[in-house]
Amino acid sequence: MNQVEKMTDLMAKFVTWTAIKLPDDVIAKLNELREKEDSPMAKVIYDTMFRNQELAVKLNRPSCQDTGVLQFWVKCGTKFPLIDDLEALLKEAVIKSTFEAPLRHNSVETFDEFNTGKNVGKGTPTVWWDIVPHSDKCEIYTYMAGGGCTLPGQAMVLMPGEGYEGVTKFVLDRMTSYGLNACPPLLVGVGVATSVETAALLSKKALMRPIGSHNPNERAAKMEKLLEDGINAIGLGPQGMGGKYSVLGVNIENTARHPSAIGVAVNVGCWSHRRGHIIFDKDLNYEIKSHSGVNL
Amino acid sequence: MSVEIKDGKKILTTPISAEDLKDIKIGDIVYLSGSLTTCRDVAHRRVVEEGREIPVDVRNNAILHAGPIIRPLENDKFEMVSVGPTTSMRMEKFEYEFVKITGVRVIVGKGGMKENTERACKEFGAIHCVFPAGNAVVAAVEVEEIMKAEWRDLGMPETLWNCKVKEFGPLIVSIDAQGRNYFEEKKVEYNKKKDEQIAEISKQVGFIK
Repeated sequence: MNQVEKMTDLMAKFVTWTAIKLPDDVIAKLNELREKEDSPMAKVIYDTMFRNQELAVKLNRPSCQDTGVLQFWVKCGTKFPLIDDLEALLKEAVIKSTFEAPLRHNSVETFDEFNTGKNVGKGTPTVWWDIVPHSDKCEIYTYMAGGGCTLPGQAMVLMPGEGYEGVTKFVLDRMTSYGLNACPPLLVGVGVATSVETAALLSKKALMRPIGSHNPNERAAKMEKLLEDGINAIGLGPQGMGGKYSVLGVNIENTARHPSAIGVAVNVGCWSHRRGHIIFDKDLNYEIKSHSGVNL
Repeated sequence: MSVEIKDGKKILTTPISAEDLKDIKIGDIVYLSGSLTTCRDVAHRRVVEEGREIPVDVRNNAILHAGPIIRPLENDKFEMVSVGPTTSMRMEKFEYEFVKITGVRVIVGKGGMKENTERACKEFGAIHCVFPAGNAVVAAVEVEEIMKAEWRDLGMPETLWNCKVKEFGPLIVSIDAQGRNYFEEKKVEYNKKKDEQIAEISKQVGFIK
């Protein structure tokens, strides 16, 4: 097997595993929130969630039927030997995993409006590139973007007069209009930047950060905590049906902005937050950061 | 009578009548046995907008807003690998007419629905329930058999998969046959708390000075 085939095979297996089992940080947080809920309805819902995750592993099946559109955020060293082949092999890995797992066929060609039946299409899977100079490693975040939790996504540019108070209102309004149907407890990603696309991309990258991590900027970290406590206080609970906790966390990512604009975006991950994180060296030895105890 | 209590679970068995639903209230947890058919966006459009006859009889039975993962077996048989509800709100636009035309009694999905569905539930005697979403393997193992598959031209997620289910649930009643709406009532409460929180947080994020 050549190196391209080897990496394709490893990525297909990793994608399949992320469909079956949630990352360690998500499981730990769900356990914590489950213990803290006391209403009978919230308890029945959490019991179902945990029974489901156990059955998925036992029966070797995707834990949620909506295995999403696959999205990859790659931080690839310029000296990683497979850099030229990476985008094509990720597409191939999705096709392979779609057949093996099996994953749902979630790629509909726009305008022609037909399902490709392969779970890939024009521009899907999505691949975002960060090029890392002088490195021969390749770090890949995988994400299954389901329909339900993609729906609340929104970006806009606020006037500076609206300030961070405006950012607060933008995020919280989205929680009660769309968030409650997006399978809470949610992981909320917020991008604060200069224009819609910069903010939007950051809001997705924010969802790749581990639960419980904090923005290095002190004020941004304070705002993460304020938003987390605030959204919890709304009381969405599991499935938006009421409870003491609404979110797994709030992660903010930021850049500088134009003095006349505050770009802001919100993106949410559902409770079944299927994120993977894997790092390859130049010989394709790999380290999985998101899931412990996995051998592909 | 197709409502029974077994091991503390309230179980509805198809066929279900309007009478069977009259004591069921929003927030109740029930389970379903019998005929359940997946039915989502394009199938609703075909029935309501195109006026096509639905090829699976859902009268007095249940539908599920869902797009499952199916494994084809031999002899035109199928295995339910993974099935869970999808956002019901996408079907809201069609649901009044859909219930009127098809006579479906139990609609299972994810999240709330609105006035059209409330009106349908009240006028025709139906309920909307939520299956806790993201629990597709639990749901799949509660499907005993796929009886038939219709409108296969729509592809795997949109095909009408007619399933025989056993104690499918938990199903949390979100709209009852009186037309009360759990999510809409909760939303009033959520929005009030949201406004309080916006005011509270805004006091602490005046970073532009």
